[in-house]
Amino acid sequence: MRTTGVLWAAGLGMLLAVGVASVVSAAAATPKRGGTLTYTIPADAPASFDGHRETSFATVHSIAPFYSVLIRINPDNPSSTTDFVCDLCTEMPKPTDDGRTWAFKIRPDVKWHDGSLLTADDVATSWRYVVNPPEGISSARESFYLMVDRIEVPDRQTVTFRLKFASNAFLPALADPFAVIYKKAILEKDPRWYEKNIMGSGPFRFTSYEVGQSIKGVRNPDYYRKGQPYLDGFIALYAPKQAVRVDAIRADRAAVEFRGLPPSARDQLVKELGDKVTVQSSDWNCGSVVTVNHRRKPFDDVRVRRALTLAVDRWRGAPSLAKIANVRTVGGIVFPGSPMAATREELEKLPGYWPDIDKSRAEAKRLLREAGAEGLSFEMLNRNVDQPYKFVGTWLIDEWSKVGLRVTQRVVPTGPWFEAMRSGNFEVVLQANCHGVVNPLTDVGNYLPHTVYTENYGQFEDQQEIDLYDEMVRETDVARQRGLMRRYETYVLDTAAHTMHALWWHRIVPQRSYVKGWKISPSHYINQDLANVWLDK
Amino acid sequence: MSPSDTTLPISAIDDDAPETRRSILERSLLFCRRQPLGTFGLALCIVMLIAGLGAEWLAPYSPTANDFSAMTEPPSWAHLLGTDQFGRDLLSRIIYGARTALIVGFSCAIVGGFVGLVLGVGSAYFGGRIDAWLQRVFDVLMAFPLIIMALAVVAIFGTGVQNVIVAITVPLVPRCARVVRSSALSIREVPYVDAARACGFGHVRIIMRHMVPNVMAPFLILITAFVGQAILAEASLSYLGLGVQEPVAAWGLMLQGGAEEYASTAPWIAVFPGLAIALTVFGISLYGDALRDVLDPKMRDR
Repeated sequence: MRTTGVLWAAGLGMLLAVGVASVVSAAAATPKRGGTLTYTIPADAPASFDGHRETSFATVHSIAPFYSVLIRINPDNPSSTTDFVCDLCTEMPKPTDDGRTWAFKIRPDVKWHDGSLLTADDVATSWRYVVNPPEGISSARESFYLMVDRIEVPDRQTVTFRLKFASNAFLPALADPFAVIYKKAILEKDPRWYEKNIMGSGPFRFTSYEVGQSIKGVRNPDYYRKGQPYLDGFIALYAPKQAVRVDAIRADRAAVEFRGLPPSARDQLVKELGDKVTVQSSDWNCGSVVTVNHRRKPFDDVRVRRALTLAVDRWRGAPSLAKIANVRTVGGIVFPGSPMAATREELEKLPGYWPDIDKSRAEAKRLLREAGAEGLSFEMLNRNVDQPYKFVGTWLIDEWSKVGLRVTQRVVPTGPWFEAMRSGNFEVVLQANCHGVVNPLTDVGNYLPHTVYTENYGQFEDQQEIDLYDEMVRETDVARQRGLMRRYETYVLDTAAHTMHALWWHRIVPQRSYVKGWKISPSHYINQDLANVWLDK
Repeated sequence: MSPSDTTLPISAIDDDAPETRRSILERSLLFCRRQPLGTFGLALCIVMLIAGLGAEWLAPYSPTANDFSAMTEPPSWAHLLGTDQFGRDLLSRIIYGARTALIVGFSCAIVGGFVGLVLGVGSAYFGGRIDAWLQRVFDVLMAFPLIIMALAVVAIFGTGVQNVIVAITVPLVPRCARVVRSSALSIREVPYVDAARACGFGHVRIIMRHMVPNVMAPFLILITAFVGQAILAEASLSYLGLGVQEPVAAWGLMLQGGAEEYASTAPWIAVFPGLAIALTVFGISLYGDALRDVLDPKMRDR
């Protein structure tokens, strides 16, 4: 009898405990209104505010809270690569015409920050600038939309995308976080207005920008998602030096840096702040890529380009560099988590991925000798961002020295770095190949010549590569498409050796524990409008 | 009085006896006895010189070779000053860093000093409009602190050792010229310069034979100060990411990036390059002070 009573008491206690925990948990999960989120952006300044033109987090972390997009990855499930939800549309449409027609109904209740109503015309015009920009206007991801034939506005609330061919790559490409919606009247008056100005329909209204210092926004009271955003406003501080950013989180002068910090910074913050800091981590759809300028001798010689990749010991470098930098995974041109990515066995057949590094470096030396480029000296352009640019740069230079190459580094801020690439003023540049939604078919479009992918700075033309890509994108059978991806990858990294992929990154975001609502994803571009972020203070 | 007699004072160390009677060794010993701090400073400078010149033989490891099996190792017998985050031996990087400091420090000091000397003496000798114009240009250049001026030059020409040398040399020129000019102005008025003019000597001969040797004392003191300033400026530029770039071994660069990141977990990465900069600049300052005491007749009697 006594035993039964004890068991009952214990059971009741457990039920109460679970109940209390649930109530506490539910209470903790209820978003609170108010407060200002301060976060850091690890750059000196964005090259411009124009999302269509730029490819850097410095731009998207600065402007995303001010703008809306047509569709996006579910902000409550951002790690998914298929969970697309509407932002400006009312519901995700079903394609018609054998997957070639997509009609989106636009919300009728969306207001621009100037008070006027957003219409389907605004959405369609913005997308036309992304897909097929007018002469003199740059769209960084134009090549993502090769399948798009035309964009129509059948009525005031509908935007219809008509495709040349059905493609699995279309919907992920449409969720691109850089494809923010601009006002038609402004774009038509001055297509470059958005490079230096901000006026959107997003959860926050722009208040001020100080070059190299900060950008600020306040809550948009007319935001179409009722109740959101939860924050009164945000302040984003530009801080290119990592030590400054870590100190800012440590001293609670900033709550988070959304891009990602290296393992050492995470360990340091966790050690010092304990449960006041929470860490989220994820594989990162970003890789360090070396682009060579094909117009500069001797980089016009494929043997030299192949020697550059053969010299680098990725298999041994990756685990070691992962201790000090936010890189981790060896991979080819496709995000390693994707079924389209090369397996280790497939990779090991490519130059630079051979398991025997001595054999690989011997081959590199032979190729350099054959090309008359023994002991070649050159300068590598790099970006003045610690993680992982400078770390990967230092590692690569040491790797290249092992085949007799003498490499110096020119490290410049983000603006001049882009400028040097765009003007072709470099021999070799260390770049990042970063993407929003994981979408291998469009992600690998980065390796296409400049005429197709405007942000490829390799200064080469290659019809054979374009044809290979085109065939792959049009294929709808997944198994065959994977085979075509291998052919394309082999061509890019070996046959033509246009580019050299160094390492894939690993994203670690330590944040103050009072920051709630934000979830990490494989891309530091997506889920940055801050509408669902709140402060549990 | 022959014109060459005027050069005597600069090499005089002891006024108790004519300097010609003392050997170099004796004079050196006298310097050590009278200037112990200066001697200590000189010793530090010599250590740096030896490290910089003999880096290939003295450094136990390559300064740029990564060793992932020895990342952020504390000082040990294998790595006397420990290793950085890439596993590079800190002692080797400091030894090679001395070379970078030497190249930058001496190049800037010598080039900046020599150009300043020529312009300063020339400005004082010719006077008039040339003097007025040059001084106004120097006024403008000196309105900017050395590091700000160097930052501006690097922003225009870019980073790298050569550009850093240019960046630091430019602001040193007016500083030298201004000091040298003030000494040269008084020398211009002494009778032997008038005598040289009366004898029909050319401007170049008068400047080089009669004026320059007599401003050598302040000039040499300035040069030593400039070496220290240039090393400090190079370290500052590199720390700001605007000087020499990885993987070149340079003390300021060693304080950047990894040193900041690992300041609490691997403090030796920051401590030893910082110590190298501090000791070198300290040594050069002490030696410069001692040199001033020795060369300045007013200080010599104390």
